[in-house]
Amino acid sequence: MALAKRIIPCLDCDKGRVVKGVKFLDIRDAGDPVEISKRYSDAGADEITFLDITASSEGRETTVHTVEAIASQVFIPLTVGGGIRTLDDIRTMLNAGADKVSINTAAVFNPEFVREAAERFGSQCIVVAMDAKKVSVAGEPDRWEIFTHGGRKATGIDAVEWAKRMVNYGAGEILLTSMDRDGTKSGFDLALNKAVSESVSVPIIASGGVGNLQDLVDGVLLGQADAVLAASIFHFGEYSIPQAKRYMADKGITMRL
Amino acid sequence: MNKIAVIDYGMGNLHSVAKAVEYVGENVTVSVTSDARTILQADHVIFPGVGAIRDCMGEIRRLGIDEIVAEVVRNKPLLAVCVGMQALMDSSEENNGVECLGMVSGRVRYFGNAQGSETGVLTDADGKRLKVPHMGWNMVTQTDKHPLWAGIEDNSRFYFVHSYYIELGAQEKASGVTEYGVPFTAALNKGNIFAVQFHPEKSQHSGLQLLRNFLAWDGSV
Repeated sequence: MALAKRIIPCLDCDKGRVVKGVKFLDIRDAGDPVEISKRYSDAGADEITFLDITASSEGRETTVHTVEAIASQVFIPLTVGGGIRTLDDIRTMLNAGADKVSINTAAVFNPEFVREAAERFGSQCIVVAMDAKKVSVAGEPDRWEIFTHGGRKATGIDAVEWAKRMVNYGAGEILLTSMDRDGTKSGFDLALNKAVSESVSVPIIASGGVGNLQDLVDGVLLGQADAVLAASIFHFGEYSIPQAKRYMADKGITMRL
Repeated sequence: MNKIAVIDYGMGNLHSVAKAVEYVGENVTVSVTSDARTILQADHVIFPGVGAIRDCMGEIRRLGIDEIVAEVVRNKPLLAVCVGMQALMDSSEENNGVECLGMVSGRVRYFGNAQGSETGVLTDADGKRLKVPHMGWNMVTQTDKHPLWAGIEDNSRFYFVHSYYIELGAQEKASGVTEYGVPFTAALNKGNIFAVQFHPEKSQHSGLQLLRNFLAWDGSV
């Protein structure tokens, strides 16, 4: 009898197509985000995150149509991120059927944007995505900094302080990605996740580094994540969502089964 | 033809609920509108809401939605969702106290104050801190046999996202309760009104079934 922890598959899309590859044996079109979202929803995903990595503005229009198509067939929460820079961007995505938007770089360059967004649309739909990297050296207390440009540019901003500030500005949820772990399959940065989760009141989505199902369990039990985000372990069919949920439930985590 | 009106008062994303109704409905037309005539001519009316209650109530009063809703519930079924449900109550603690429609007796309280602490911290039975907003899938225990629960298993999980919850007046009837640090009213009914704190349009099978039941409901219990 408790709130369930969430599993959130993440689709990286470029010009309306899922990139990073999805390998379901029986899917007609492995690049179609609508078909893939539907598949994940049917499998019991608790939410879907759609990350738009399209650079061009024509590509963005495609993204809006894709979000509309997903939202008319998938009835679980949908978060859209990537290139959200203005209140108009947010309005466009919400009108297309997104339930939440995730703001990353624009928050770093203009923190007030998060405040304006939360005031205008409500905290419930404002997710702040932060990319953090460990900057402390051995022997020092752990410290992480916010990075932009896919982890290449340091900002000098302390990750824990940043999370607190963003929540103070109205972020309803934090999507926390460890740039040290992203793509490594070596598990979440649990110390980072715990440090951020303990310092703010809102839910934390752990991201970056999932290689197996135990990593998901550790993210919740040790990293104190409220939700876990993963891409490749599901896309490549290594593990299914029901399998992941069952595994987590067997370890004592409350799941929606 | 089943005419559905989703009341639009400019507060957030109403497309999800409209799309979900179109998805489950047979022979339905869905209007997302603030037009009194369209709403009053509909067979079923949905009263959604997201965002801050002060802004919601401001728009509800400015557009005359308060009078329309009062008229609707006299003779047709109304489904209120999330802040739409909260707007029906007497008052809310949000935004330093806001007077609401007073169509259902009770008040809307902040989770952070729910356990009487001054610190704004909510904990579970084991003393572990609970996050606010209450966001995600939680169980709803059905407390009656309302037609809107037809085909939905008791204790099914629905998707919630809210920081404020309803404390129902003693004379009112809860249809479902959920526990998050405190037990709270997740669903209530009163005559032609059925109101839910969760988002049926985002609650997959159980939520779609509830919407299907609403479209088939004539308002009696």
